[in-house]
Amino acid sequence: MATTPTRPTRPTRTDRPTGTLSAWEGMARQYDYWLTVYKRTWRGGVISSFATPLFYVVAMGVLLGGFIDADPSRLEGATSYLAFIVPGLVAAHAMTIAVSESTYPVMGAIKWHKTFFAQLATPLAVRDLVNAFVAFVVFRVASACAVFMLVLAPFGVFESWWGPVLAWLSQVLVGTAFALLTFGYSARLRSEEGFGVLFRLGVLPLTLFSGAFFPITNLGPVLEWVARLTPLWHGVSLSRMLCLDTVDWSLAGINVAVLVILCVVGWRWSVTGLDKRLEV
Amino acid sequence: MISARGLRKSFGDFEAVKGIDVDVRKGEAFGFLGPNGAGKSSTMRMIASVSPVTSGELRIFGLDPATDGPAIRGRLGVCPQEDTLDNELNVFDNLYIYGRYFGIDRATCRDRANELLEFAQITEKAKSKVEDLSGGMKRRLTIARSLINNPDLLLLDEPTTGLDPQARHVLWDQLFRLKQAGVTLVITTHYMDEAEQLCDRLVVMDKGVIAAEGSPRELIEAHSTREVAELRFGVGEHEALAEKIEDLGDRVEVLPDRLLVYSDRGEDVVTAVIERGLQPIATLVRRSTLEDVFLRLTGRSLAD
Repeated sequence: MATTPTRPTRPTRTDRPTGTLSAWEGMARQYDYWLTVYKRTWRGGVISSFATPLFYVVAMGVLLGGFIDADPSRLEGATSYLAFIVPGLVAAHAMTIAVSESTYPVMGAIKWHKTFFAQLATPLAVRDLVNAFVAFVVFRVASACAVFMLVLAPFGVFESWWGPVLAWLSQVLVGTAFALLTFGYSARLRSEEGFGVLFRLGVLPLTLFSGAFFPITNLGPVLEWVARLTPLWHGVSLSRMLCLDTVDWSLAGINVAVLVILCVVGWRWSVTGLDKRLEV
Repeated sequence: MISARGLRKSFGDFEAVKGIDVDVRKGEAFGFLGPNGAGKSSTMRMIASVSPVTSGELRIFGLDPATDGPAIRGRLGVCPQEDTLDNELNVFDNLYIYGRYFGIDRATCRDRANELLEFAQITEKAKSKVEDLSGGMKRRLTIARSLINNPDLLLLDEPTTGLDPQARHVLWDQLFRLKQAGVTLVITTHYMDEAEQLCDRLVVMDKGVIAAEGSPRELIEAHSTREVAELRFGVGEHEALAEKIEDLGDRVEVLPDRLLVYSDRGEDVVTAVIERGLQPIATLVRRSTLEDVFLRLTGRSLAD
């Protein structure tokens, strides 16, 4: 395999025999881009990332929760409805941020701003674009969930100090899985109408029925099993067990495995989808 | 710099490029001339190593785009047909951030960006939004961006389409300077004046194949006469009148709005036409251009 000649007047890092960048290098080269995007958009993100879930906590957890008798045996070990709902809400919120950040922005970069086409004319490859994009979304998810968990800490909804830290990691994992799955969907979508379907038939039912607001045992035996098959339930389950210190490690192992598998599948789905879409 | 043998590109059943052979040498300005849909842009995207080759062999800098795409792209400058500038970044950041994709360090990137702003004559717009630039400025910024990595080979897909005449001339001047600085240029265009102005050598493409190859002068000499007499008659008369003057030139082309008589002595043709009692509304004698070459080779004009 031929190598390109080394020229001292400019960087020679592209001079690899196979021409491919390492995953890290591919992302590092896009750092400045995503930093400017962040500087431009973080203000808007603050509202949707922190304010919206706070409204939910106040309305559902505190006000609605005031009417609910807290029986730990019926609330998966939670001593109050607020303590029950918080871990699930944050997991659901991780999903919502991940999905919304991976819908219109992906379509925009393909269809409207053509950012991906410009980036692809450089040494960057499709997988580098996917990696950096999703890394940015995951950063948004991670920072939003971290702030949220910190704000909630004084309200006595966590049962240990290490649980919430691991719970936060599980929320980040939920965000990563959903970001990758959504990216793959968005990369294949020709028109933005598909996003309406995704939000109404995907995000909303998952939020409502994946155990964030009530124990899925309330759904009855059949629907309970359906709920167990949804990706969000695995995140809610992990997040809640860790926050309430009621961890069943074998279940946690399954939860993590499912989410990791979804990440791997989602990554492949994203890379192949974008690859096909950008090939003209 | 570029070598293509039997290069093909298909999209499903549609074959955009049907087996072309091309060689581009270091330091030259090479053109693909042809109407829209001739396969020029598909060829350019394969050269840019973003569109996989369907069949045939393609080497850029001696490397294979299929296995060494990123290495090739690291040494290319690409100015696409459609501006792909980032509207959400300012003018300077468009250059700076693009340079970072090539792995150029931050300080060098900043210096290069400032140099290129000057080259593109948009220094005072450095902090402006891209949306606020004129069409000509956007094009110049796109070209400036494609130069951020000091490319060995610059690909320009329809660089002046949509620009007003003045903006075109500014751009041509800049491309000329790059050429003088030793940058190898590959240009696609459907403007024959652009091809004549900029290209040392070119291929005429039509329907996915190469119809002819050579320098603009060689092509004109090989496929056309020295001069052309353009005769305009009343609407609908051209077809019938063509027969009456067939013998006056090497060849007569009937266009919807005029007749083209190919001859080395255009003035003589006009005189002879008038002596035959025909009264054209307007006449024009001019030198043959690449447009005539294209007409001869394909039977259609470039605008079709």
